[in-house]
Amino acid sequence: MSMADTDTPLVRFGRVLRDNPMIPLIAFLLLLIAVLEVMRPGIVMPFRIGRDGLISSFWLGNLIKFAIPLAMLAACQVLTMLTAGIDLSVGVVATVSAFVCATLSSIWGVPQAVMMALACGLVVGLVNGFGVGIVRVHPLIMTLGTGLIATGCLQVYQRYVINAGSEIPAFLEWLGTGRTMGMPNGLFLFLPFAAFILWLMRYTGFGRNLFALGSNETAAKLSGVKSWQVLMALYALSGLIAALTGLLYLGMIRAPSLSLANPLLLPSVAAAVIGGTSIFGGRGSFAGAIVGALILRVLDTMLTLLQMPEGARTALFGLIILAVTALYVRITGTR
Amino acid sequence: MSAFLRKHAWVIGLAVLLAVLLGITKAIQPGFGASGLESLARAALPFAFATAGMAVVVIVGGIDLSVASMMAVCAVTAAVLMERMAGVPALMIVLGVGLAMGLINGALIVLTRVPDIVVTLAMLFVWEGVALLILESPGGNTADWLERATRGFVGIDLLPKPFVIMAICIALVWVPIRRSKLGLSIYAVGSDEMAAFRSGVPVGWTKVAAYGICGLFCAMGGLSLAALTGIGEPVPGPYLMASVAAVVLGGVVLGGGKGGLLGPIIAVFILRIIRTILTLMAVDPNVTTIVEGVIMVGVVMLGTALTLRGRRS
Repeated sequence: MSMADTDTPLVRFGRVLRDNPMIPLIAFLLLLIAVLEVMRPGIVMPFRIGRDGLISSFWLGNLIKFAIPLAMLAACQVLTMLTAGIDLSVGVVATVSAFVCATLSSIWGVPQAVMMALACGLVVGLVNGFGVGIVRVHPLIMTLGTGLIATGCLQVYQRYVINAGSEIPAFLEWLGTGRTMGMPNGLFLFLPFAAFILWLMRYTGFGRNLFALGSNETAAKLSGVKSWQVLMALYALSGLIAALTGLLYLGMIRAPSLSLANPLLLPSVAAAVIGGTSIFGGRGSFAGAIVGALILRVLDTMLTLLQMPEGARTALFGLIILAVTALYVRITGTR
Repeated sequence: MSAFLRKHAWVIGLAVLLAVLLGITKAIQPGFGASGLESLARAALPFAFATAGMAVVVIVGGIDLSVASMMAVCAVTAAVLMERMAGVPALMIVLGVGLAMGLINGALIVLTRVPDIVVTLAMLFVWEGVALLILESPGGNTADWLERATRGFVGIDLLPKPFVIMAICIALVWVPIRRSKLGLSIYAVGSDEMAAFRSGVPVGWTKVAAYGICGLFCAMGGLSLAALTGIGEPVPGPYLMASVAAVVLGGVVLGGGKGGLLGPIIAVFILRIIRTILTLMAVDPNVTTIVEGVIMVGVVMLGTALTLRGRRS
């Protein structure tokens, strides 16, 4: 108590925010939706009966639908950021997985193609894990590099399969675009996924190891954590998640291309950072990242309504990441 | 003499490697001569500037992930301005823009106390967005003399113009700084920030200045990009990874305090000539990209492993 008395109100406020990151986040999300409602009456709440009601549930469904892949990629960032890392190859991995699945489905059959797509993600993840965990390259540089290599591989691969044509598996299309009671079918994949990640982070030894490595690597090592094993498993998992996201995204967009999921990379980092995950390790929550993804999508809708050009949006995302991180450093007093 | 050799062993080794690679190129393609050298130097030009900028911030102990985006901003600024006004003032404005962007990066790092890598990652996207705002799709125009300046030779046929331009520009910026108090401060901050601070080095200002120099080099890189293509391209090129790899290969230690600019510049040519060799061996250009990526990641891995070993012993 005596410590709290000597702290400035800002620091105390920061501590409350840090302990309950969901409160301000959800408040912010609701505020944004309210602003959106003011900007375009009828988009969110069906104040009038009839067609508007239909539109509003459509909008909500759409919001969730497009937030799902973002939240899944944000899971990669949350998990890697817990160990003070980052995974910048997720966008490319998702693209590779989508492209591989779409092109192989017609040749090998759907199950094999899906397995192959996931295997691609796993391989990139293992390479990342090797570089980060064993050679100790900075995760940012390592994952950027593997992303580049994977892009090159994709371009070479693309030249050999271009004649085979592409086919999008029916169940992915159902998952990506279908709706059940106004809500996107993607939730059938996302809810178990989210439950798994939350369970992994909170109740397993692996999750605790991630937190331990991030908050104090030396202490974790002295306590017997084999950091290279944890990092290897972590980046492999991150690659798998990214590949899975690519499959879902393929069903959503229904047009495989060589840069399909690449634009999701930065927003995924932003969602994790907004959700209260510290880029310096040891602190983070996936629930926050989900809300972060929703916030970004609402912001996106807003910027579209304001007819902001693409460049302004990119710049704004960068500034948001910077501002939130700087605020974190300031109010928690840690790096 | 032996002290000189020991001190510059890495750079000399790189130069020898470059000579060997040039020899291999000549062996594969007997026709490889002056024009081959010229195109090599021209292709290396933007990479060399990006690497020079990156090297300065790595020496000060940071890293700048936004080099490619800053180059894109400068390239589109040059292309847009040169359509409307005379070349020389436009050139000055572009250099000023680059310097300003670098200073902003540095100031943000010092003021927010957020690690360099996070700030410049965020700024990567900010500058990318700015480039898109300036010019939405590739376009604009560059002055003819700028394009001509990067072609041909100076005097004898073995000294390509782009190479001379690069050497002059980098030397003009770096040599006076290296010899001045600022250069000493940059190395001091890079090798031990706390010790530098206690010795009275203005750490914050030094960092800002180093990032400013990086921005200036990026502006030159952007100008050379615009000169090479004749237009402005708002999408950042593959300069980030390449510059990090060249810096590491060039003997600058990630973490700061060691190395110079000569090594990284030689490393740029080594990486470029490997590409030339692969092309001459009729390897698929896409495969070349993969090989290049693997080499870069391998170099960074090796560099990191060596740094760790050095720290342990």
